[in-house]
Amino acid sequence: MLRFILRRLGFVVLTVLLSSIIIFWATAVLPGDVATVILGRFATQQAKDDLRAELGLDRPIAVQYGHWLGSFAKGDWGTSTSTDSLVRPVVLQRLRNSLMLAAVAFVLYVPLGIFLGLMAALRKNTWADQTISVGSLAFIGLPEFVSAIILISIFSIQLGWLPSQSAIDPRASFVEAFPYLILPAVTVALTSLAYIIRMTRSSTVDVLQMDYVRTANLKGLSPRRVLYTHVLRNALLPTVTVVAIGIGWLIGGLIITESVFSYPGIGRLLLYAIQRRDVQLIQSTALLIVIIYMLANLIADILYALLNPRIRYT
Amino acid sequence: MADGLAGAEASPAAVSAGRAVFEIEGLDIEYTTERGTLQAVRGVSLAVHEHESFGLVGESGSGKSTLAMGAIRYLASNGRVTAGSVRLNGVDLLELSPGALRALWGSQIGVVYQSPLSALNPSIVIGKQLSEVARQHLGMDRAAALDRAGNMLAKVAMPDPEAVMKRYPHQLSGGMLQRCVIAMALMTDPSLLIMDEPTTALDVTTQALVLDLVAELKREYDSAILYITHDLGVITKICDRVGVMYAGEFMEQTALRELFTRPLHPYTLDLLGCVPHFAGSPQKRSLITIRGSIPKLDELPTGCIFAPRCGFVEEACTIARPPLDDVGSGHLTACRRWRDVPPPAEYLRAVTEALVPADAACVERELLVEADDVQVYFKGSRGPRGSGRKRRPIRAVDDLSLDVCVGQTLGIVGESGSGKTTVARAIIGLTPATAGEIRLRGERLPSKTGARPRTTLSKIQMVFQNPDASLNPVRSVGDAIVRPLTLLGGMGRQAAQARAKELLQAVSLPASYFDRLPHELSGGEKQRVAIARAFAAEPELILCDEPISSLDVSVQGSLMNLLMKLQVEERTSYMFISHDLSAVQHLSDAIAVVYLGRLVELGDAVRVLRPPFHPYTEALVSAVPIADPDVAQKAIRLEGAVPSAMDVPPGCRFHPRCPRCLGEVCRDQEPPWRQGEGDHRVCCHIPLDELSRLQAETLRLAAEEGSA
Repeated sequence: MLRFILRRLGFVVLTVLLSSIIIFWATAVLPGDVATVILGRFATQQAKDDLRAELGLDRPIAVQYGHWLGSFAKGDWGTSTSTDSLVRPVVLQRLRNSLMLAAVAFVLYVPLGIFLGLMAALRKNTWADQTISVGSLAFIGLPEFVSAIILISIFSIQLGWLPSQSAIDPRASFVEAFPYLILPAVTVALTSLAYIIRMTRSSTVDVLQMDYVRTANLKGLSPRRVLYTHVLRNALLPTVTVVAIGIGWLIGGLIITESVFSYPGIGRLLLYAIQRRDVQLIQSTALLIVIIYMLANLIADILYALLNPRIRYT
Repeated sequence: MADGLAGAEASPAAVSAGRAVFEIEGLDIEYTTERGTLQAVRGVSLAVHEHESFGLVGESGSGKSTLAMGAIRYLASNGRVTAGSVRLNGVDLLELSPGALRALWGSQIGVVYQSPLSALNPSIVIGKQLSEVARQHLGMDRAAALDRAGNMLAKVAMPDPEAVMKRYPHQLSGGMLQRCVIAMALMTDPSLLIMDEPTTALDVTTQALVLDLVAELKREYDSAILYITHDLGVITKICDRVGVMYAGEFMEQTALRELFTRPLHPYTLDLLGCVPHFAGSPQKRSLITIRGSIPKLDELPTGCIFAPRCGFVEEACTIARPPLDDVGSGHLTACRRWRDVPPPAEYLRAVTEALVPADAACVERELLVEADDVQVYFKGSRGPRGSGRKRRPIRAVDDLSLDVCVGQTLGIVGESGSGKTTVARAIIGLTPATAGEIRLRGERLPSKTGARPRTTLSKIQMVFQNPDASLNPVRSVGDAIVRPLTLLGGMGRQAAQARAKELLQAVSLPASYFDRLPHELSGGEKQRVAIARAFAAEPELILCDEPISSLDVSVQGSLMNLLMKLQVEERTSYMFISHDLSAVQHLSDAIAVVYLGRLVELGDAVRVLRPPFHPYTEALVSAVPIADPDVAQKAIRLEGAVPSAMDVPPGCRFHPRCPRCLGEVCRDQEPPWRQGEGDHRVCCHIPLDELSRLQAETLRLAAEEGSA
């Protein structure tokens, strides 16, 4: 098992390295001269040369890349050019906020999705199944910015129960932030819920037709026991993978939802950095998001191996 | 209608003395489908007594599994029992509440399934899956239940039960898994044991072991056994009484021996004759074919349901359905003309024809394909840590040499994992040989298919085991046959289509099948198309890889007849790969026995399957379930499965499982080839005359035991 994890970890490191090259290339090489970007087209040659020397841009690309990656690993993420502050505290703070939002959304949609998926599978081809299936299909097709606006107009504007904007102080504690987290979390949950429901339903339907479920029934076990000991573990395997992979997206991929609600998460930070061409900020944020995605995948792989004896130790 | 009537008049208990444990009377089972209501089982009655085992025989679609599962009320949601009664120890199962029924499932009723791997939960260890039954029904705690599970595993002769209990199903072989399922069914000492084709998915050698086990358990436990199978050979080992089902009804019910010596229904007679008899006469005959196919449940004929396919049919048969009548001492038949049904031997002689014996002496042997020291190795995975971490090759086929003669059939036999399919794939080039030489009419063939010229490609064709997977589902039958004609035969579109229709006719399919898609055909028809496609390229050699194994017995017979007919007409050679020794014996001129990638015996079909033979061949032969209760058979059993081709044992590869292993010499040295009569060769340390003596002795003992 340890060897399995170490090998997967090796893949993660490799993928992160590859992504870091792409990020560096896309931010530091592709846009052309950074000094011109920062100082504007009318800056003197002398000023540009000075800035290049200051930023280390006069060195070969490979050296620049190595230096950047080395500092990132050491925790020195540089200074943001647009805010003139250190990058690391800002990014980590936003990461914390994203984690809070992700946690609320996760608690909302994962149990509900699994429950509804199971209900649909156990009551296959009844009205309950059809309602759940059609409902979840409708939400898959609905983009986040549309569902967000519908939710805001109902719960904030019409009913006035929840704030329509979530532009909280980035340092707010979880308790303080909680009321502002609900609507964005529901928005995210609505989209992801459908995937969980459909995945759980189809794998449960498959497992219910397996010979070993017939064996379990003909052992005389109660329907509840058959469900808990024989169906669930096998049926939830694919769902677990989908959920774990979804964690990456939940933390780093909520750019649209965070923007609609003006929530200070890491996705919106990335958007801000791109708009301001803040290279240092873009690089660190993007690489961090990559790492989060990779770790989520790693967790998915390990969970799958733990739950499925057939692929353990491979 | 005759439904229900049959049950009332029948008295199946007449022959047996024991108490009736399980009684089914006038059972009707229906399915609601898109095509309307289908009556899958109609008016069926049977009784199983304690210590007795009742064989439920029939082809697929005969309703035998539906009957068993419906009787214990485990049906799909669209199925239901509409009439009749089912009593287990006097309790009517049809009257029970769902809760009371569940209390019987697993405690009074144990079930053993066809595929043990899929019948066990892949993510739960064996010990827990077994102990669960004891915890549910015997109120045992965890420790006591596990203890009982261990004891049960020991009772079914499981080696090292403690270790097995900690394993997951995928870590065990098929034979071991089936023992686990049997142990699971016996956990609570049930009154009724339902065994649904428990050996069909197993190797012959494993099947023999499991059958021995079931026979022994039958003596030890007083459970009544309902044994479902399509294999008439298997029932001779297990059953006391047999019922032959056809399209949802019993055609005949009688004691085991009676069924084979004096069947009183034409369908039984046909079933007996459509598979080759392993111990049959050396004079080969064609097999009985049953015309048409099993009727669809919504298109049942009004009269006798077998009438449209029956050779004894007369006008009266098509008017009213005959009831299942007792015609004396518990022999039940649903045939009006049972008095006219001849004894099997007589009938066989009358309706089958003698096949021209391929006399080795008078036919001049013309070599077609020669394989010399063919070796197929695959890249293996790394071994566990500490073993040097070197990749060990998978030695699928090693230094194997054999010849195929023009117009003859070479049979290749061996358990699964013996490398028989790999040999065929190496010859056709799908799995390139890593060493050795393959020659076609003396000309060396490149090892890869891609490197062979088209003219050579057309000379070797293949028919695969599973016709569903080998025909493209979106291409019509005609397309499938036209393709090799244009691609390899260089024909124009028009000519190819005309030829394809001829080929369809040659495999006894109507030309109207040209435009059909594979899913519109039955399994047997699909395999006929695959055969037509193989013949389209005008090959000299066709590799048949288990071409009949997945088909019903009556279909197997007609396909074997077809293959033999085409061979005579086209002078094509076959390489016939099968685990079914009866079929191989029936079709082959020469036989090669393969074990773990090595040839162990080779020669004329007659000589290979008769003593003296290699100890491995001897074990295979003694494992064949012979459909004749009077034939005495040796009980030589091989434990375990073929070892992994990554860990090939040194010396003779067969020595760890060989019942005649001599010890050191077999462990250390590769055995020599010993030359027998003609071109018969055996690869063994024991000299042939010694083998001959030992094997005759074993057979004599078996015969004595049989008659005692």
